[in-house]
Amino acid sequence: MKKALFALLPVAALTLSACGSSGSDSSASNSSHGPITIWYSNNAQEVAWGKKMVAQWNAGHPKEKITAQEIPAGKSSEEVIGAAITAGNAPCLILNTAPAAVPGFQKQGGLVALDDFPDGRRYLQERVGGRLSQYASPDGKYYQMPWKSNPVMIFYNKELFKKAGLNPENPKLASYQDFLDTSRKLVAAKAAKAAIWPAPSSEFYQSWFDYYPMFAAQTGKQLVEDGKAQFASADGLKAAQLWKTMYAEHLAPNEKYNGDAFADGKAAMATVGPWAISVYGDKVKWGAVPVPTSDGAAGKGTFSDEKSIGMYTSCKNRGTAWDVMKFATSKDQDGKLLEATGQMPMRSDLTSAYPSYFASHKDYEVFARQAEHTIEAPNVPNSVEIWQTFRDAYTKAVIFGKGDLATALKDAAAKVNELAQGQ
Amino acid sequence: MSSTASDVHRPRPSAGTTTKAPTPRPRWRLRLGGHQPIGMLFVSPYLVYLAAIFVYPLGFAVWMSFHDYFFTAPGVQVDRPFVGLDNYTTVLTDPEVWRSFLNIAVFLVINVPLTTVGSLVLANALNKKLPFRSFFRTAYYIPYITASVAVVGVWLFLFNSDGLVNQALGPLAPDPSWLVNSHLAMPVVAVFVAWKQLGFFVVLYLSALQNVPQELYESAAIDGAGRMRIFRSITVPAVRPATLLVLILATITGANLFTEPYLLTSGGGPDGATTSPVLLMYQRGLQQGHPDEAAAIGVILVVLISAVSLGYRRLVERD
Repeated sequence: MKKALFALLPVAALTLSACGSSGSDSSASNSSHGPITIWYSNNAQEVAWGKKMVAQWNAGHPKEKITAQEIPAGKSSEEVIGAAITAGNAPCLILNTAPAAVPGFQKQGGLVALDDFPDGRRYLQERVGGRLSQYASPDGKYYQMPWKSNPVMIFYNKELFKKAGLNPENPKLASYQDFLDTSRKLVAAKAAKAAIWPAPSSEFYQSWFDYYPMFAAQTGKQLVEDGKAQFASADGLKAAQLWKTMYAEHLAPNEKYNGDAFADGKAAMATVGPWAISVYGDKVKWGAVPVPTSDGAAGKGTFSDEKSIGMYTSCKNRGTAWDVMKFATSKDQDGKLLEATGQMPMRSDLTSAYPSYFASHKDYEVFARQAEHTIEAPNVPNSVEIWQTFRDAYTKAVIFGKGDLATALKDAAAKVNELAQGQ
Repeated sequence: MSSTASDVHRPRPSAGTTTKAPTPRPRWRLRLGGHQPIGMLFVSPYLVYLAAIFVYPLGFAVWMSFHDYFFTAPGVQVDRPFVGLDNYTTVLTDPEVWRSFLNIAVFLVINVPLTTVGSLVLANALNKKLPFRSFFRTAYYIPYITASVAVVGVWLFLFNSDGLVNQALGPLAPDPSWLVNSHLAMPVVAVFVAWKQLGFFVVLYLSALQNVPQELYESAAIDGAGRMRIFRSITVPAVRPATLLVLILATITGANLFTEPYLLTSGGGPDGATTSPVLLMYQRGLQQGHPDEAAAIGVILVVLISAVSLGYRRLVERD
């Protein structure tokens, strides 16, 4: 029996190996044209935009048709994409590529460098402007097209602020002290259970919606710059201390809310991007202010919550894929995306590019101004592991208040420095 | 033709008898190691399945754990050098990995006895003639076949700080609450898993109990043995093979804990108190792109669980 079993092993191994070896053509030419496949995000507004964009392209390019679908469901789109790269069945373009995942996809050999196209770098530079350098990989190339951002701000519920005796039209939320005082009043007045309720859970990306916007506003820096962690600095510590106080005083609960605490009136504030305008518009009477800084000065930036477009090496007709990428990010399509979703195309001088839209959508104008000053997740090796390392330290020292905060951040920074060097 | 071992030891007929000479074994039987070729044909689909689903992945995982390995797109040429025990050194010097194994030990210490004793007691009760017996049997089985995500939602409703349990406890409710309390979170997860899988183990015990001869119970009753004595002296020994199965299965499924800490305690919280080795494998292997380290954690887990299972076997099967 054992002999028979072992005799079958090579067959099984070959069978399994064969399963994973199709679909890639690393020698595919960047000038090759023909039909391509794309995936886009699965939220209703983006699906509607995506379908129209694809229909428009297909009408004019019968020999280079796009077959489009929503990104397959999974725990996260990053894991789905990572699996598709390994299996060799990733589509040509994915219009939902998170910048934090790009270093990993690049290491897998899954992404095409866009500046390998003759007009690649020029197109990226013209469209994105000064923020482009944040999206460069350590080898100096661009493996992603920065596409749309959701610069996060502090949303607040005007009715709950009024209930707590606060000025709903001009709330005091500029400085850390203002933010704390306002939070204390909201909870003491029982206007809401929580002043703000970001997810206190351990997933690596959760810091993008509590600590990182405050850190970006305070410092104008990325979490890691020049291979060094920036969060153990005095300013990084101030932002962490603010949140530690929020949790210690139960102004922000350390238990996860199952649902949307802001929409349900359980939290008086939320850290969100412009996508929320259409979501909360009818349910909550909201206002939006920039993320606070320690002394109340104007913030130096905010987290972008950006999504890029990636071209994947499984693509054979990369010439068409590049043309589609430019088509989907053209001024016309960007305008349609803005109209359909309220998310900000990564374009220089956005408000000047679409004056009529912002004239008729005043709520979005403040986000457009913030969009000019977005701070991205750093494009460094071991990006996801770096965020997880930070989150683990943050969860322990800030959310659960264990140990010395400065020591926790310093220890995490030492580990992050090693990871950022690719170790 | 040279004789085989079985030929050598075959009893020879005594002198003077007229026993028919043994028929020589066909060569094709010898080539297949004494197994019937038709039988081999019938079992071969299962062997292929076993090789593809179990043996190959396990062997590949062990191979990965000794190499610098990461997932790549097909056709991408990268070095995957042999790194010896580097991946094992990395994970064994990581406090998070140690903590995850400690967490799972706490889980198993609570969950396995609770599952084993609970399912035996319940099966014993459900084996008797009770009113609504079918209803109870179904009721205990339903959580097992219900999607974890759905029942996790129910437990969150029960055990969050504003949940029904704390409302019932009033001032006796723990602070911090159950699922954000680093001392209570893992016990809650262990009880949850025991409750969820109880129905499956009750079925195992029920089938074992139905094979116990009724005469044994009747004799003991005639001899004046009480319920506890009958349970201890007849039921427990009679279902010992089932107990071994329950212990091993509960340990293996417990060691693979993932969904509950991921969903019930928000990704292994609070502060890593419910992070399990499999949750770490998921983070390291799929999220962070270090499948070699994840494989090392997996191999360590397999070795530990095999040792524990062997220990159970010796403990339960000893005379």
